[in-house]
Amino acid sequence: MESLSPWVIFFAAIFTGNILLVYFLGMCSFLSVSKRINTALGLGLAVTFVLTITSALNYVVYRMVLQPLGIEYLRYIVFIVVIAATVQLLELFIERYSEVLYINLGIFLPLITVNCAILGVSLFMVIRDYTFIQSVLFGAGSGLGWLLAILAMAGIRERLNEQRIPPALRGPGITLIITGIMAMAFIGFSGMVQIQ
Amino acid sequence: MTNSKVAEVIRDDLWKNNPVTVQILGICSTLAVTNIFLNTLVMGLGLTFVTSFSALTISLLRNIIPPRVRMMVQTLVIASFVVIVDIVLKAYVPNISKALGPYVGLIITNCIIMGRMEAFASSNKPGIAFLDGVTSGIGYAWVLLVIAFFRELLGFGTILGTPVLDPVMRGLGYSEGWVQWAFMIMAPGGFFMLALFIWVTNSVTAGKAVRTKK
Repeated sequence: MESLSPWVIFFAAIFTGNILLVYFLGMCSFLSVSKRINTALGLGLAVTFVLTITSALNYVVYRMVLQPLGIEYLRYIVFIVVIAATVQLLELFIERYSEVLYINLGIFLPLITVNCAILGVSLFMVIRDYTFIQSVLFGAGSGLGWLLAILAMAGIRERLNEQRIPPALRGPGITLIITGIMAMAFIGFSGMVQIQ
Repeated sequence: MTNSKVAEVIRDDLWKNNPVTVQILGICSTLAVTNIFLNTLVMGLGLTFVTSFSALTISLLRNIIPPRVRMMVQTLVIASFVVIVDIVLKAYVPNISKALGPYVGLIITNCIIMGRMEAFASSNKPGIAFLDGVTSGIGYAWVLLVIAFFRELLGFGTILGTPVLDPVMRGLGYSEGWVQWAFMIMAPGGFFMLALFIWVTNSVTAGKAVRTKK
């Protein structure tokens, strides 16, 4: 994997390998928080932020601690602890230093620990054998890709309120169908760059 | 543990309050692993194992876990069971373990498990909590299996790896046989399948509600 330019990974993570639309990660919060553009933007930014930091931290922990000690199988436990700790620290930090940021991002932070996109990116990073720079850009790109998807969805759903939808399809049903259509559009990017 | 409570738990988890179709939890893995039936079966079993034993553990510890660190303890308990599942899969079914990739690890953040721990196991006795874990797991698994069945059938034209639609199409006189419907195997197919499934179950439930009202 070392041969791939980190920027290729970055853009591939946003478009062709969108963490949400292609790998289905972070669906829970995607479905429940995509009703308004403002909240979607806040959560998306928080996810991007946390993803970038945790992918760097988890890379260091995995290569410097788990691998030398030969205990890679403990990575699930270690990764989730690192993620939870990062989120908690970030919350304290943001609360202390920036009130504006806290109001906009802070309320979403507790939601992020259980967002599978965060853990998923760390696990993909290990499986695909990325280097440090590649991992960080993969994290950032995945976050931006997620942000893009949830923003687009929130925009569509705000307009969807006035439409007549079959009652049984309202809510999650129609959201999933729209997500499917969005996923089809994103698959169209896959001719441009491909990573696997 | 009374019989009516047992029946209620089972009915809720399997249909009335199904984790996937009604509560819309655990969608990530629902979609990611459902293009091949066998992988889905393994995933469903793994999740049922993790949910039931985490529920048992949390329920046994419910009086000694400090409320403040509750989430952290729950996550760690779940993660430990996931490590067990991961190691067992790697040892006995390496191919499937490879195909499932990161999604085994992602059982940890599957909201179904966290939800059951919070809503049920942390406030109920071990026996019923274990049962709730098992039935939630099965409630999740059966929905997945239905979706996987259709995605594999339409996508690859196979059932459990055996070609089914190919001979049928040839029998009907189409010489090229079954042309793989790649769309079903890819991501959008998963989204549409789940949406259809939710549509159907919601319609059935709504129909029932109207009939009982009359």
